[in-house]
Amino acid sequence: MTALSDTTVAIAPPTHQRLLIGDDASIAAHTWRYGPLPQVPGDLIQRMVKDAGLTGRGGAGFPTYRKVEAVAAGRDPVVVANGAEGEPASSKDRVLLRYGPHLVLDGLVLAARAVGAAETHVYVPVEAAADVHAALADRRDPITITVHVATDAFIAGEESAVVSAVNGGLPAPRDKIVRVVDQGVGGRPTLVQNVETLAHLALIVRYGPDWFRTQGTTAEPGTFLATVSGVVADPGVCEMPYGVRIGDLIDATGGATEPVQALLVGGYHGGWIPPDPDIAFSRAGLERYGATPGAGIVFVLAADECGLATTAHLLGYLAGQTAGQCGPCFNGLPRMADTFASLAELGTPPSLAGEVERLARLVTGRGACKHPDGTVRLARSGLGMFGSEIAAHRAGWCTARSGGRR
Amino acid sequence: MKLHIDWTLCDGRGLCVELLPELLEEDDWAYPVVRSGRGNEVEVADDIAGHARRAVAQCPLAALRLTR
Repeated sequence: MTALSDTTVAIAPPTHQRLLIGDDASIAAHTWRYGPLPQVPGDLIQRMVKDAGLTGRGGAGFPTYRKVEAVAAGRDPVVVANGAEGEPASSKDRVLLRYGPHLVLDGLVLAARAVGAAETHVYVPVEAAADVHAALADRRDPITITVHVATDAFIAGEESAVVSAVNGGLPAPRDKIVRVVDQGVGGRPTLVQNVETLAHLALIVRYGPDWFRTQGTTAEPGTFLATVSGVVADPGVCEMPYGVRIGDLIDATGGATEPVQALLVGGYHGGWIPPDPDIAFSRAGLERYGATPGAGIVFVLAADECGLATTAHLLGYLAGQTAGQCGPCFNGLPRMADTFASLAELGTPPSLAGEVERLARLVTGRGACKHPDGTVRLARSGLGMFGSEIAAHRAGWCTARSGGRR
Repeated sequence: MKLHIDWTLCDGRGLCVELLPELLEEDDWAYPVVRSGRGNEVEVADDIAGHARRAVAQCPLAALRLTR
């Protein structure tokens, strides 16, 4: 890593505030904060990304270097910055593109260098496209960067749906027998990375993998952008290291404003966990609850809101977000959501939880993308977390709404 | 050898379920369900490989494929 001494800028952010520093999104402020784009060769960028242990911040948490290596091995590759963020409970990509667009674009340029790509794309919702265009007007990059407007749909950000949209088609997932890293945009090897992942990459190349690892845990290094919503004083986006106490994460958005019943983590494809402030927000810390950090989402459910009804509402939304391509998904998810909704009503027959579980088994794995599996995860998590409520509801009684809890 | 279902193409016509009852059954909406394995893929034993090939060839939507 001796090559680093020529390019490393001395002002590496010392705290967990790395990506979101100040409101000024100009190139001048960006360069003042982070220094110029480092002149690091592609093979060294690959190694730095691997040594840093960077993982995707779009939700799946896949190791970035594995996609980078796969795409770099192919001919004439393409890189796509994915800021579609179809997840309703997430706004971190939108905030990042507003206040740190140059960090994302730096990451895109460096990722392109790492894989040897001359063509890149930015795929973002219409509100963010203006911010990206404004940032592009202030830079001169050695590669082509084309901005595409993403559809406002839950699955619009799924990797193969992104590729389809950039190719001029509908933003719908495709069958995974052909991998995007082998055949994506224009049939060429394609690296699709979440915009936050690219922003971290831009800092790793500037300050090095060891600096990156000074935040987070050994197994899950670095910081992440979290979106906290529900009954908190100041809902919104904050940056935290992996492994942070979930209580500290909630306090960073002003803290809970009323008694809390449960937390939904990871997003609408995520899982419910108990409101224990000492739970570590990391893959390791959430594993025992069947949840993952996902795209850094925490939804705080008040004690007087019905967890079954809330889960049913989210399942209904997800069922409506099927792309309509895969039979098990567009038939199964509405049936599962409707069954769950009946379960959440008072005085329901006892067999419904079993029917939700049967439908969950029936749709799992049967789609071009993971939308059925993610929806099943939420349904099962709801059955588990609010299981004692099912019996109460059957008897005509909702504990949360009657104020019986806590 | 594995039989792969492309769910974006499958329309639930049901020919494959008739030709390969050893591997597939129908779900509530007449779409194929693999009897074992992950939801979009099922292992094909050598003794029914011929039937599997026939199912692939006869799928009206070309939604089935054999992979290594």
